[in-house]
Amino acid sequence: MRRSAHARWAVGAVVTALAATACGSAGWSGGGNGGAVLTSSWGDPQNPLEPANTNEVQGGKVLDMIFRGLKKYDPRTGRARDWLARSIETRDSRNFTIRIRRGWTFSNGEKVTARSFVDAWNYGASLRNNQKNAYFFGYIDGYDRVHPDSGGQRADTLSGLRVVDDHTFTVRLNQKFSGFPDTLGYAAFAPLPRLFFTDHAAWVRKPVGNGPYAIASYTKGAQMYLRKWDGYPGPDKARNDGVTLLVYTDSNTAYTDLLAGNLDLADDIPAAQLKNVKGDLGDRYINTPAGIIQTLAFPFYDRAWNRPGMEKVRTGLSMAINRRQITDTIFRKTRTPATDWTSPVLGAAGGYKAGLCGRACDYDPARAKQLIKEGGGIPGGRLRITYNADSGSHKEWIDAVCNSVNNALGDDKACVGNPVGTFADFRNQLGRHKMTGPFRAGWQMDYPLIQNFLQPLYYTGASSNDGRWSDEDFDRLVDRANAETDTARAVALFQKAEEVVRDHMAAIPLWYQNGNAGYSDRLSHVALNPFSVPVYNEIKVG
Amino acid sequence: MHEQPYEPERAIAGTGMGGAMDLAASEATTLEGRPSAASGGRAPGGPAGKPRSLWSDAWRDLLRNPVFLLSALVIVFLVLISLWPSAIASGSPLTCDLAKAQDGPGPGAPFGYDGQGCNVYTRTVYGARTSVTVGLCATLGVALLGSVLGGLAGYFGGVWDAVLSRITDIVFAIPVVLGGLVLLSVVTSTTVWPVIGFMVLLGWPQISRIARGSVITVKQHDYVQAARALGASDTRILLRHIAPNAVAPVIVVATIALGTYIALEATLSYLGVGLKPPSVSWGIDISAASPYIRNAPHALLWPSGALAVTVLAFIMLGDAVRDALDPKLR
Amino acid sequence: MGRYVARRLLQMVPVFVGATLLIFLMVNVMGDPVAGLCGEQGCDPATAAQLRRELGLDKPLWQQYLTYMGNVFTGDFGTAFNGQPVTELMATAFPVTVRLTVVAVLLEIAVGITLGVVTGLRRGRPVDTGVLLATLVVISVPTFVTGLLLQLLLGIRWQWIKPSVRSGTFDELIVPGLVLASVSLAYVTRLTRTSIAENKRSDYVRTAVAKGLPRRRIITRHLLRNSLIPVVTFIGTDIGALMGGAIVTERIFNIHGVGYQLYQGILRQNTQTVVGFVTVLVLVFLVANLLVDLLYAVLDPRIRYA
Repeated sequence: MRRSAHARWAVGAVVTALAATACGSAGWSGGGNGGAVLTSSWGDPQNPLEPANTNEVQGGKVLDMIFRGLKKYDPRTGRARDWLARSIETRDSRNFTIRIRRGWTFSNGEKVTARSFVDAWNYGASLRNNQKNAYFFGYIDGYDRVHPDSGGQRADTLSGLRVVDDHTFTVRLNQKFSGFPDTLGYAAFAPLPRLFFTDHAAWVRKPVGNGPYAIASYTKGAQMYLRKWDGYPGPDKARNDGVTLLVYTDSNTAYTDLLAGNLDLADDIPAAQLKNVKGDLGDRYINTPAGIIQTLAFPFYDRAWNRPGMEKVRTGLSMAINRRQITDTIFRKTRTPATDWTSPVLGAAGGYKAGLCGRACDYDPARAKQLIKEGGGIPGGRLRITYNADSGSHKEWIDAVCNSVNNALGDDKACVGNPVGTFADFRNQLGRHKMTGPFRAGWQMDYPLIQNFLQPLYYTGASSNDGRWSDEDFDRLVDRANAETDTARAVALFQKAEEVVRDHMAAIPLWYQNGNAGYSDRLSHVALNPFSVPVYNEIKVG
Repeated sequence: MHEQPYEPERAIAGTGMGGAMDLAASEATTLEGRPSAASGGRAPGGPAGKPRSLWSDAWRDLLRNPVFLLSALVIVFLVLISLWPSAIASGSPLTCDLAKAQDGPGPGAPFGYDGQGCNVYTRTVYGARTSVTVGLCATLGVALLGSVLGGLAGYFGGVWDAVLSRITDIVFAIPVVLGGLVLLSVVTSTTVWPVIGFMVLLGWPQISRIARGSVITVKQHDYVQAARALGASDTRILLRHIAPNAVAPVIVVATIALGTYIALEATLSYLGVGLKPPSVSWGIDISAASPYIRNAPHALLWPSGALAVTVLAFIMLGDAVRDALDPKLR
Repeated sequence: MGRYVARRLLQMVPVFVGATLLIFLMVNVMGDPVAGLCGEQGCDPATAAQLRRELGLDKPLWQQYLTYMGNVFTGDFGTAFNGQPVTELMATAFPVTVRLTVVAVLLEIAVGITLGVVTGLRRGRPVDTGVLLATLVVISVPTFVTGLLLQLLLGIRWQWIKPSVRSGTFDELIVPGLVLASVSLAYVTRLTRTSIAENKRSDYVRTAVAKGLPRRRIITRHLLRNSLIPVVTFIGTDIGALMGGAIVTERIFNIHGVGYQLYQGILRQNTQTVVGFVTVLVLVFLVANLLVDLLYAVLDPRIRYA
């Protein structure tokens, strides 16, 4: 008797649990998305979708669909073109007058005015709002009071911003920066509706913008349905009825779903499938350059890496890496061997100069070995390349780079990878100057300017100069280039600065990264922009 | 006494609290557990003649068991190549040529090349040392610690059991990833020992649970009661009567766990907190080859096969040991 | 029995405090999470300091813990770094993971025990060898590969299933559940097999055979029942492990479950996510082990609670 009572009780508990969980299963349907709606793979954005707080591609995808700024980067050439801006004028590269077009509204009907921009920029720059892209506003006068490096915030608004009338405002910078107008296509500079400020929580739950799509529904961590906004006033109207972004835990699953016909667009083909992608998808695979370069940077705060003569070792290491073989074999041509420190998406006019690196980027094991020997050898006798193990599958290419170096030096233990468990730990070690050897560095451009590939990375004390490299000649050239109003002359000066980087081999350029994507046979006109984000509004369904 | 969750021996001895449970217990005993000579084959502690130890009997049995001999042979072979890998493989496992990546078998590379162009045969041979050491040592550590703690908890019950069981609950709940990132990221040693220590630290609760359950079952048996009635000490009862009869599930779990520890080493390395590079192990090669299963299955097949053979040898060994310890099979 | 259960439930309190404290400390030992929040560019110092202040990371550790626990008792488990409340994450992650675990455990019970009984009764026969070989494959081939191959075969080649889980209903979770359960299946099968082999020579089975009871009744009533204790113990500990550790399975099949969220929380060093999820998992372990201990007495009446 007792026994059966126990058993019944146990069974009862299991049944209850089953019933409880069965009831918990929520539906997943996209909410009435019929018609020419496509599904696309997505990753969970790491931050709330505020424009000045989104610094990664997944959140950027959404912002690219629901916002339009003063400028827009041409999806093919990357050239910044006036969009909401009617004109941006300056005489001294420091004071700018911005006039915006009439007739633009947010998808909730509110007009886009000069104030929409100024309020948004003030919000983005203000320290108390924790916006991760706040440094974008660092060129604007008054930033040091709104966002001081230390101590309390002394002002709420940027003194360099002034609303003149509904459709005009002025910007005063704290230094000359001729490229400033071309940075304004970045999402952080997007206008924001009043709702953002009056009911922030509601806005974050379901962001409202002024782009060709409007968010119809958003289930955090699962999916977002963006419907075509019929009232969109711009010329780049959506050519489909909408996009459903589905969150995937793994790019491999997205790819499998694409093959099975459950997904229309997967914009990150896993490396392991690249060999099969032609067979699986035929010509429904695109692989186009993006504004990303990968480098190996060095800890210049470590005496061993900074003493005279070490540039020979660094150059030798650069020449010991068989870039072509690695991009062909490991990356299957989704990366291109780098021959300068920028990106091909800039175009020759924008400052990209193929071959600027010269022989220093050519694979030449004999010369490499000789240079490393002349420079005094690898500090400590063993090269340890530090990377974070938790994202981006860096292990494979680090191992390949090390094997290449080992083969060149004839010592199979000369170079090893040094994985760090988490990205946060990796960033911490960088921040605390704990590196004792080269470390992986990747740079995804914020805006297609040669300045963006050089100044943040190599200028003395710059925000992303993680190796703390410092060179007076380089700094002087960059300052001169920024003050130059003529674009061609500015670019030429930047390239001179880049040559300084080369002569010191401040960082070893490895390869330019491409964006890649595969799509179903329902879609046509699929392309990726230079930020490796699909150009959704141009995609045709059916 | 009321604090003790389990006190069956007292119940049977008549000092329990009485009531329905006692009735059920004694009824069950008469139905299914008729005290008989058979159930305690090697009548424990009996005064009759020269007592042949169960353990020495078991050893004699093992030496006659072909399954045991075969698995022992495989294990000896694995140990030998762990010690002297260069005896059967030429070249270095770290010399890799990307030009040969994913190539099939060639001269000097009977198993082909992996994604980095390393010789799969050489790496499989050289990987044995790490993988066998990790698998064997972690398993031994977990089995020893787990069965001692679990056995004591099961035997003594009461506060012992409550405290130990709740500690296992906590340790169980520590995610391996978190534990690895916290405990192993501070280690600078390049040996396998921190990894093994980590596995023992997080792995023992599983065996502990199994051992505890097993001891709780075994300690009701008549031969244990008989031994107690004859005044045997706790140590003697635990070692001579309970251990041999309770060890079977522990062996089963431990031999399978051996394989999972070898794989876990790769997971830790994947997280960047396992063995420091350059190191060679089956686990690392298996996890590196896994994503490329569609293009280069051979790079996965051989290290996986080596792992399978190792696990097979230990499972068979465990089976043989268990049989030898089971008096009912005599 | 009531008193016993009450006492066990009371023991949850120290375990709860101990586990939360331990996990809290462990995540904190990992270091400063703020550095990882700003991408490759890194946070500027002012923003980093501000974030630290808002997350309470500038306070002493004991104060952080007390604040956290205080909030937990009011039902506030904090927020993940993307601004989502942890309770919301749990509400989406746990239901699907529980369903996945139920599928996996049911498979372990149904398939594992059946195979264990069959192989235990036919030791050394071809079926025993076959199951042993399958066991070896399951142990030595990573879950990732099994899952991927099943996806490619069943999802693409034969189109029997959808390769990824969308709504998370039971029918979608059968294949993921099988993949998740595969290693545990090996344990359950071999544990059952060994127990059966051991007990089939015992006196009560001989008695039952001598009494002329039907074979089926002997196996289920006498043999199996007495052989199940190690199996039940294993499954009891496995439930929590399956729930919290299904990282690979959940990734492959796109299940936004506990394992995945916990993994993300750990990598991003979000104390509130990790402690919250682990706290629930500790409770699962406690309850599962309590149930197992209660089942001992059901399976073997000689075992009793004080």
